Amino acid sequence: MTAPVLELRNVAKTYSVKQGIFGKPKPLKAVNDVSLTLGRGEVLGLVGESGCGKSTLAKILLGLEQPTSGQVLVDGEQIVGQDRLALARRIQPIFQDPYSSLNPRKTIADIVSLPLLVHGVGDAKSRAKSVREMLELVGLPARVLNTYPSQMSGGQRQRVAIARALIMHPEIVICDEPTSALDVSVQSQILNLLNDLREEFGLTYLFISHDLAVVEHLATRVAVMYLGRIVEEAEVGALFDAPRHPYARALLNSVLTPDPSLGVPDTQLGAAYPNPIAPPSGCHFHPRCPFAQAECQTKAPRPVPRDAGMVECHLHDPESAMYRPDFTV
Amino acid sequence: MSDVTANPLLSVRGLTLDIPLASGTLHAVRGIDFDLHRGETLCIVGESGSGKSLTSLAVMGLLEKNIKRSATRMDFDGMELTRASKRQMRALRGDRIAMIFQEPMTSLNPAYTIGDQLIEALRLHRRVSRDKARARAVELLEKVGITAAASRLGQYPHQLSGGLRQRVVIAMALMCEPELIIADEPTTALDVTIQAQILRLLVDLTKEMNVAMILITHDLGVVARVADNVGVMYAGELVETGPAASVFGKPLHPYTRGLLRCIPQPGKTARGADLGTIPGIVPSLMGDVQGCAFRTRCPHAVDACREAIPERGEPPHEFLCVHPDGARAAEGEPA
Repeated sequence: MTAPVLELRNVAKTYSVKQGIFGKPKPLKAVNDVSLTLGRGEVLGLVGESGCGKSTLAKILLGLEQPTSGQVLVDGEQIVGQDRLALARRIQPIFQDPYSSLNPRKTIADIVSLPLLVHGVGDAKSRAKSVREMLELVGLPARVLNTYPSQMSGGQRQRVAIARALIMHPEIVICDEPTSALDVSVQSQILNLLNDLREEFGLTYLFISHDLAVVEHLATRVAVMYLGRIVEEAEVGALFDAPRHPYARALLNSVLTPDPSLGVPDTQLGAAYPNPIAPPSGCHFHPRCPFAQAECQTKAPRPVPRDAGMVECHLHDPESAMYRPDFTV
Repeated sequence: MSDVTANPLLSVRGLTLDIPLASGTLHAVRGIDFDLHRGETLCIVGESGSGKSLTSLAVMGLLEKNIKRSATRMDFDGMELTRASKRQMRALRGDRIAMIFQEPMTSLNPAYTIGDQLIEALRLHRRVSRDKARARAVELLEKVGITAAASRLGQYPHQLSGGLRQRVVIAMALMCEPELIIADEPTTALDVTIQAQILRLLVDLTKEMNVAMILITHDLGVVARVADNVGVMYAGELVETGPAASVFGKPLHPYTRGLLRCIPQPGKTARGADLGTIPGIVPSLMGDVQGCAFRTRCPHAVDACREAIPERGEPPHEFLCVHPDGARAAEGEPA
């Protein structure tokens, strides 16, 4: 891997959640001691169920939330507490819903040039030129410049959102479910575009998605998140070909490939997603894990490095009595 | 198992839905035909605006007043739905035809407990005591995999997770032992893990109780795993229909093949390679629509595509295309 462009060191975010009017506030660990490293040009796919902390992590990276503890480094430089404007030059978001993420009262030209204006880049003429170039790059004709978001289709709006994100030439783009609101024929166009732009600008993506087929297609590395923790992180091929963590396996199992000879898979995830305010003891995943043993209920697994990645499971910990070195689920 | 030799439970011919607008008439659904037998699952797949949800609403008689529905036949077990009164339709809905919608939070009433809503669903159509209805509610909640079912009856929808809510909606749909379930994107709002559980539940229950199901979805993965029969909908028409194995094994309409190439298929699509795309946009369905609506986006369009499109293929696998092989040979696909 090249020198890391983004590094998270033991990042945690704890919210205080009040239950009822007289209830005592309880801590909710939305992000719990997350460490990740991302090299330039890589695409890290972040997967997990709703409520696992994916979006909180994205907000921390965008400077929209301050972590309770831990460090976030871009190019080796600590960014927590840094000026949001300086951060916005380096990290930009693309959100899920292009219907709500674009101001309906502004023209496309206004929307895409706003970052330049905010950062005081160039004069009106050079800004207009950059906007035209950027629109061309994302595959929009120049005639859309003076139209409004309501006149565009979902796919076109998402192209506008991409143009706005890239106009400041950021290093890192946080894609939070960028295609889940789109039709499949449009989704594939946007995914191809994101891939092309990454090569062209040497971008680094954090790609958050619940669609594992899309993540497998686009990502170079994958991190699986469960209840605020990264439980497995690996190179995309390793994770999809031989998932180590039982939760990663369950997620992969639930992908519905269009193969009519297969039925609906049994995920073996009996119980529902646990309440993050009262997470299960020991390994947070043990109530849903088909391989859980007594140790899992009492002792939290530690992160164990495995071939350029890590996994947090007693089955992979050489110091655990449950250790099974050949275990791929 | 479905018995194809018997009369279909639901038989629709020439269903047309027109929406009069200030600027003209929008032909949202343009003469579609399908049959559904007991115990069979028909998946209607299509992109937004293809008319798939309107089709399901038309069967249930829940269309907005301004939408004009016409059909040469809409036969539900001997009853002609096009001639049914509002009262007859109300008696059918929730009883013999049940519905499951996408968003479980909006299809449950937030002001009533789960128990009240389940019990009402049964007592609206059947003369049973509250106690008996309550017992049935508990039985069904257990059947859809909800633990501590009896204690759940007193809970309100907001106290349940999305997956649990959708299970409650399914239990509610089953209260009157329906013969037909219409599920419109029932798992789109759910996590993938929960989606798999809910779909498994629907498949198991429909087979066990011999219920027919129309499942509306945009997700080809869901279709492949759940459907007995598939209808691919584009711009208000069913452009390809047939058994799932046949449609996925040998997709005949260029649009069906285009859709399948758009999604990354683990093991088939190389990681990071470009995905297939369908250029262009869905055409406007305002005014008269002539010929094949897909021709503006189809790589195999010829002049004849502007004329009436012949129905091709061998039943049960049929498609609409001017090319006898749906241009499979032109794409290098085996005949």
